[in-house]
Amino acid sequence: MQLLILTVVLLTLATLGYRLGRGRALASTGGNPRLLHSLPSYHGYYVAMWCGLPALLLVAAWLALEPSVVRMLVMSGLPADVQTLPEERLALLFNEVRLVASFGKAPSTPAVGVAAEQYLSLRQLSFAAMAVVSLVAAVLGLTAAQRWIQADLRARNRVEKVVSVFLVGCSTVAIFTTVGIVLSLLFESIRFFNAVPITEFLFGLHWSPQIAMRSDQVGSSGAFGAVPLFAGTLLISFIAMMVAVPLGLLSAIYMAEYANPKFRAIVKPLLEVLAGIPTVVYGFFAALTVAPFFRDLGISLGLSVASESALAAGVVMGIMIIPFVSSLSDDVITAVPQSLREGSFGLGATRSETIRQVIVPAALPGIVGGVLLAVSRAIGETMIVVMAAGLAANLTANPLEAVTTVTTQIVTLLVGDQEFDSPKTLAAFALGLVLFCVTLVLNVVALHIVNKYREKYD
Amino acid sequence: MSLALSLPETDSRLAKVTARDVNVHYAEKHALKHVDLDIRSNEVTALIGPSGCGKSTFLRCVNRMNDMIENCRVTGLLTLDGDDVYDRKIDVVQLRARVGMVFQKPNPFPKSIYDNVAYGPRIHGMARDQGELDEIVMTSLERAGLLAEVKDRLLEAGTGLSGGQQQRLCIARAIAVAPEVILMDEPCSALDPIATAKVEELIDELRENFTIVIVTHSMQQAARVSQRTAFFHLGELVEVGDTEQIFTNPQHPLTQGYITGRFG
Repeated sequence: MQLLILTVVLLTLATLGYRLGRGRALASTGGNPRLLHSLPSYHGYYVAMWCGLPALLLVAAWLALEPSVVRMLVMSGLPADVQTLPEERLALLFNEVRLVASFGKAPSTPAVGVAAEQYLSLRQLSFAAMAVVSLVAAVLGLTAAQRWIQADLRARNRVEKVVSVFLVGCSTVAIFTTVGIVLSLLFESIRFFNAVPITEFLFGLHWSPQIAMRSDQVGSSGAFGAVPLFAGTLLISFIAMMVAVPLGLLSAIYMAEYANPKFRAIVKPLLEVLAGIPTVVYGFFAALTVAPFFRDLGISLGLSVASESALAAGVVMGIMIIPFVSSLSDDVITAVPQSLREGSFGLGATRSETIRQVIVPAALPGIVGGVLLAVSRAIGETMIVVMAAGLAANLTANPLEAVTTVTTQIVTLLVGDQEFDSPKTLAAFALGLVLFCVTLVLNVVALHIVNKYREKYD
Repeated sequence: MSLALSLPETDSRLAKVTARDVNVHYAEKHALKHVDLDIRSNEVTALIGPSGCGKSTFLRCVNRMNDMIENCRVTGLLTLDGDDVYDRKIDVVQLRARVGMVFQKPNPFPKSIYDNVAYGPRIHGMARDQGELDEIVMTSLERAGLLAEVKDRLLEAGTGLSGGQQQRLCIARAIAVAPEVILMDEPCSALDPIATAKVEELIDELRENFTIVIVTHSMQQAARVSQRTAFFHLGELVEVGDTEQIFTNPQHPLTQGYITGRFG
């Protein structure tokens, strides 16, 4: 609350700075804006920035550093016998101090009560100091910047510079988040590989990640051979692509080359609705409708089909991916220049000859790129397989049996109460890392192919 | 054929393509109005006129490329060797094998040079074996004046050639189907002067074996390559005659105005 008031005050000062800067710039040329190097509003922004930015940055830095400084001061005020406690106990103690100070919890020892009071007074002092320092910075910035204003000040260039720095900052946030995620995956995976050798993980054929709490339990040793998972993922993705590629590609060809514009305008968005259906809906569609259907069909044909067959999950996933393939293929097919079609028709080729021999070859790189993007989507898809694929890690190529996938296993490893230092949970990070690497490579390759193709006809 | 009598300067006996009262509508737009024109065998006929005058529309009627445009309606009589081009019995695929086309912008397929030329013969089943196909490809490249430049790289992509070479590749591709008529829609407008000169020279040589109709914006080009010239204006055929006569002694004031550069 206090912080909010401080921010509002700072922003008000900055607004004031804008008006002052603007007025002063105009006054410096006797009211003739043409004599200024930059528009008066840039002078206004210039002053506002000098007023607001240093102060706000100060506040941010203060808020970032304050907790650790306060903690250090509070801890050093505690009795000496407490200070020798191990790190975890100290953390607990400090937590208690904060609870006592903020929420009026009864202190367990008098020392904690004293520390809590000290904590409170330090916080208040710190806030007061922060407010004073930032307000002084704002006022100083405002007066100084206002003095610097003259007709030939390059206010525009400086304001634009600050804006561009701000934009770069925004885009770095996304990049650093990605880097952070990758690093955390990497470090947790390294911890996992300390417990389980990487060769066993990548090449082992047996997956059974249960680790017993007590040594006399059954199945007390976990096995972390991920090959059955990779195989299961590939099998389901393969079935999905078998469904999605022909259907998607052929419908794209129809849309782009045969359908009349009115029909296309209606059907294309309808097809893209498929991409908007939540995957969890596909999931129960797969688990409750498609899988029993395949099982019953199998029974009537005399085949034994698991009720969580790879086939059901794969087919439903394929249907989900159709719009990816068809939309991307449609884009690249429409991007094939009309002159190639005319050239082919002009030689007496029929529509299907033109499509088969000119248009599809010309669009092939783009189509391949689109298919690769769809593959990476299939590999990373989670909800459908969690609901429709099995949990047992079977190493099989038979689509009628139940298999499990990398994403399903990550979910089962992390669902529920878990301790985050056992190989069982850490295995999820290792699986995530593998998944990340595979989809990253697929995406990079696919985008590269698509872009290369685009350049050719622009 | 009584209409032919009303055009004393045309000689129907030599006509390869005849147009009688041809009209083209694009939706509401009347793009071509009552055109009567004879195109003679083994001659180059140039179609000239300001932009939007209907000369390309007329060209595209001859091989029915207008069929692909929605809302396009063609009426009147257009014949090729006396056969009605727009008759229901005519197969448009066979028609286009008889009437080849070269476009404004070189449009080689993204295939090898060889496959570009072999494309037409293959879809029409013109070669019985590989040897025959090779023969057709080589002859066509030779006649298009391109063989010497590309004979060592027949399997490289056609799109890797220069603009002028690409256009001659497109001409080779068109003549590989052994058409009777070749339609050219501003074939040099995307080419530099040297490539243009080569293509013009080629057009003159091709006249011996083919009937050529060329749409051009350049009056010098029309004068250089054609024997007969037809001048279109606002969808109407204003004047047609021997090229020399059109350029030296135009009958119609509009033609005179256009070729002397007063408008267009």
